[in-house]
Amino acid sequence: MLDVAKIRAEFPILARKIRNRPLVYLDSAASAQRPRAVIEAISGYYEQHHSNVHRGVHTLSQEATELFEGAREKVRRFLNAATHREIVFVRGTTEAINLVAQSWGSSQLGPGDEVLITWLEHHANIVPWQQACARTGATLRVIPIDRRGVVDQQAFREMLGPRTRMLAISHVSNALGTVLPVREMVAAARELGVTTLVDGAQGVPHGPVDVQDLGCDFYCFSGHKLYGPTGIGVLYAREAVLEHMPPWQGGGDMILNVSFEGTTYNELPYRFEAGTPNIAGAVGLGAAIDWFCALDHHAVAAHEAMLLAHATERLQQVPGLTLVGTAPGKASVVSFTIDGIHPHDLGTILDGEGVAIRTGHHCAMPVMKFFDLPATARASFAVYNTTAEVDALIDALGVAREMLG
Amino acid sequence: MMELRDLYRDVIVDHNRNPRNAGRLEQADHEAHGDNPLCGDQLDITLQMEGDVIHDIRHQGRGCAISTASASLMSEAVKGKSRQEVENLFEQVHAMLTQANGPVPTELGKLAALAGVREFPARVKCASLCWHTLNAALAGQGRTISTE
Repeated sequence: MLDVAKIRAEFPILARKIRNRPLVYLDSAASAQRPRAVIEAISGYYEQHHSNVHRGVHTLSQEATELFEGAREKVRRFLNAATHREIVFVRGTTEAINLVAQSWGSSQLGPGDEVLITWLEHHANIVPWQQACARTGATLRVIPIDRRGVVDQQAFREMLGPRTRMLAISHVSNALGTVLPVREMVAAARELGVTTLVDGAQGVPHGPVDVQDLGCDFYCFSGHKLYGPTGIGVLYAREAVLEHMPPWQGGGDMILNVSFEGTTYNELPYRFEAGTPNIAGAVGLGAAIDWFCALDHHAVAAHEAMLLAHATERLQQVPGLTLVGTAPGKASVVSFTIDGIHPHDLGTILDGEGVAIRTGHHCAMPVMKFFDLPATARASFAVYNTTAEVDALIDALGVAREMLG
Repeated sequence: MMELRDLYRDVIVDHNRNPRNAGRLEQADHEAHGDNPLCGDQLDITLQMEGDVIHDIRHQGRGCAISTASASLMSEAVKGKSRQEVENLFEQVHAMLTQANGPVPTELGKLAALAGVREFPARVKCASLCWHTLNAALAGQGRTISTE
């Protein structure tokens, strides 16, 4: 059993009142909150160790470099990557995918090539590929989903072919909570020599990921969804792929030697980290990984599954409520609509009850279009949420129905 | 702290449930389409002018209670008004929606029911989409306007 009371006590923000009511934070899929360990790691870094990395010979620069590279090692272990050379620090998942679409895309895609994505993707795993295709003449193809929000595996097998160069898919859908059979899809793609990218933004917060077991070439995630800071994320890239990719941004730190005749690029992964990085962000992410890995992951999974089951059962009893996304084995995310009440009105009324949920298109407009909805309301559950908070959500929905229904 | 009842007043709830002047004018001589990309709200305004005066107006779209009620209230308020009168009204509505503590002019009539929106900055665009769309229709641009 997860000691949720103890976990909650580690998150200062959970003691906040919103409109005179206790905060019920059900928006962790948009951004999770931070435990004190992460906040203190960041302030401790700034108070004691800050300087620029990889440059100075003075003590602070060495300490900052050790902390920054120490965080990289924590990420490597967290993902079970083979070497630190495969861990590139970026601003977040969005930047990671843009890096791949621009660097790998510009050097590897051409007319007649195909990039395969699914209908479930977040805009961050659609738009960079549209841009890459526009630049290179490649074609973007979209694997369909069914009414439950499950990716059509038969269609996937049929679409995968000799023209496919890249398979770029979510680990977990942010809008619906569908968990994709990533391992199987990646294996099928690799059999044909297709390069694979997994958008893990919604994947890593639910449990550890082993990139070698998954077999993907790229895996991306954001710190802030993993109880870490905003503005820091990770691109894992298999070394054999990354070493053939051209740098995507030029500047300091990504070079070994610069002259006006030419430039020699730095080794991996620094070749892809131009400019002073988000050092404090990396340190905070390292602390978040330490904090997260100290939890019992079986207990985390059981707790989140229990919250999802409780929420699903209670939501289905709300008159006029429709669940959007009913895939088996979902992550702890529930998207829904209520007849006659627009999600934005729901969001405002729930906020009046202290309940924070996400409303809108969730940066997945094709998913909304598939279900012919302008928007949904989405509640997402993390390690610190309780069944009492799920009940508070249900009560708040009652208030909304009374006010507008 | 403002109560939600001040946002979702009875007038708003009523106009959301039973929007006035809903639909499209088949004989429209002015029209415009409005989008609020952040919410996915969409709105079509069709107008029939008589000289300088709005003879008839319809609105049709999908959006939240605030945007639906605002379009409904606006359609009632602008019918029979001249371009200049509509422009003045828009200025007053805009001021009401955005100025934190300003007085609500009595000449706004039922539109004053939207005053609560100013306490909810994330929702101001819901209330103003219809006005921007009406302006575009009056200007005869015939193009899609966006709140962004």
